[in-house]
Amino acid sequence: MDGMHVNKTRLIFIGMVVLAALLLPFVVGSYRVFQFNLVLVYAIVLLGLNMLTGYNGQISLGHGAFYAIGAYVAAILMDKLGVPYWATVPAAGAVCFVAGFLFGFPALRLHGHYLALATFALGISMPQILKYKGLEQWTGGVQGIVILKPQAPFGLNISQDHWLYLFTLFIALLMFWLAWNILRGRVGRAMVAIRDHPIAAEAMGINVGAVKTLTFGISALYAGVGGALGAIVVQFVAPDSFVALVSISLLIGIVIGGLASISGVIYGAIFIQFVPNIADEISKAAPWAVYGLFLLAFVFLAPKGVAGLVQLLWGKAEASWKRVRAQKATLQS
Amino acid sequence: MEAFLHQVFSGLANGAIYASLALALVMIYQSTHHINFAQGEMAMFSTYLAWAMINAGIPYWMAFALTVIASFFIGLTIERVIVRRVADAPVLTLVVVFIALLVILNSITGWIFTYTIKVFPSPFPEQPLFGPYVSSHEAGVVGVSLIVLLLLFLFFRFTSLGLAMRATAENAVSSRLSGIRVGWMLALGWGLAASIGAIAGMMVAPIVYLDPNMMSGILLYGIAAALMGGIDNPFGAVVGGLIVGVLENLMGAYVVGTELKLTVALMLIIGVLIFKPTGLFGRSFVTRV
Repeated sequence: MDGMHVNKTRLIFIGMVVLAALLLPFVVGSYRVFQFNLVLVYAIVLLGLNMLTGYNGQISLGHGAFYAIGAYVAAILMDKLGVPYWATVPAAGAVCFVAGFLFGFPALRLHGHYLALATFALGISMPQILKYKGLEQWTGGVQGIVILKPQAPFGLNISQDHWLYLFTLFIALLMFWLAWNILRGRVGRAMVAIRDHPIAAEAMGINVGAVKTLTFGISALYAGVGGALGAIVVQFVAPDSFVALVSISLLIGIVIGGLASISGVIYGAIFIQFVPNIADEISKAAPWAVYGLFLLAFVFLAPKGVAGLVQLLWGKAEASWKRVRAQKATLQS
Repeated sequence: MEAFLHQVFSGLANGAIYASLALALVMIYQSTHHINFAQGEMAMFSTYLAWAMINAGIPYWMAFALTVIASFFIGLTIERVIVRRVADAPVLTLVVVFIALLVILNSITGWIFTYTIKVFPSPFPEQPLFGPYVSSHEAGVVGVSLIVLLLLFLFFRFTSLGLAMRATAENAVSSRLSGIRVGWMLALGWGLAASIGAIAGMMVAPIVYLDPNMMSGILLYGIAAALMGGIDNPFGAVVGGLIVGVLENLMGAYVVGTELKLTVALMLIIGVLIFKPTGLFGRSFVTRV
């Protein structure tokens, strides 16, 4: 399984990626920093969705709803109650954990396509609920809420965008580390067992209902943390930013990146952030047709997601390297 | 009371359209166990073909027949060229392929025919035939849907091709061993589904007007109808479609208003599914461990 064991090469590789991510804002323009900031945000959300769908086998076509709840919790706390931005992130996570946990109960009764429909209904109804007149004094109705960009603390001499990027990166690393620990531990193995064979899992003594609802809660927590960070980065929340298309792109993200893969969510996040722009540059007239062709190409060329493809190529490279070394050894002897 | 009856009848007419789309979904689900998210956009594309033919001066029913035939071959081609290659892939990969098809069809249609909203003619007369509550287009839609259902029933019940398709859906391996060309049966299923979808599209276009996004809400109701009636049961799909249509209309008119009606209708459907997870008329399967 991907990401479950750590050897030396892998650790060095991860360290290099983190270092590159740390240095990135100092070499690219500020709009790119903003875009990569969103990549990190999506990576967090995708990580949660991948736990639910990839590892636990529960399809969600409505994760945009939890993303929206997280964003609105952050925006309302900052705008109406004056809470500092960093404190809204755990708050959004906690609210979404409860929401996800509660949604997990009816989801226990539904499987496959039925669960897909139920979660999709959640995704579709969220913008309508956010526009609802009765909640307007909190949500700002159709107008949404504008929030201010935080300043860099401790007198650090970097721009707001840079600071926000580093802040998001720190939280993303924390969330990845947490996910890695959850997934290789008892709960993570229970999630996979339930996906592969619920009846056998139950016979092994796993409390299927409890693990499934817990997974839903954790997954929503990730979406909520991502939502809060997303709201702070974009500085604006409105119902129309959370249409059903968001939920669909999230699902596309985990499939393109690689199901049940931690590293895959980074590829998926890059895909959903950049490919629509690339498609738009290729054809102004029919950008979505180009996007669709990209999707088909990825599915056909990398059926196990980009993470699966990378693993395959890595394995081949390693094997050929070993072969070359063995040849050299025989030549020398 | 009059207004209420009117709402019920127009709900039935919408329901007949959802039922047709649900029927198309069931057609593909039965043989392949996939829900085709691109079904609505395929129907939309077919409707544009019909519009182009009618605009070129071809009489309505002639264009109707040509569209149904053309859609059949489009559906067949999509199955042979694209879906076949990922037939054994995990469900989520297929979902992504269907979403890709959806956005490609939507975008290409917008590119060819532009996104401006167009008026699509109804083949039925202006004056109401059956009293003041039912417009003749509504009555016509219900009639056409019933005819489609009847033809499908006759096809599957009394032709050897229909029997072969049912056999493929039931047990692909045994069918192949008894000489049925399973691959072609699946392609035929896609073709039929595309044709049924095209009829649904041409029936709904006079009501919602023709534009590339006209099917998104209708597809959702169609999926809901199919799931509610039992995704493996064509009869259930039709009943599900009619229930969803009436429910949606009454909710919109009397309970929550048009803004929230989609949400509330879906919540009710999910409520039903929680108590009856295989749909109202679905078979529950006993799986062997």
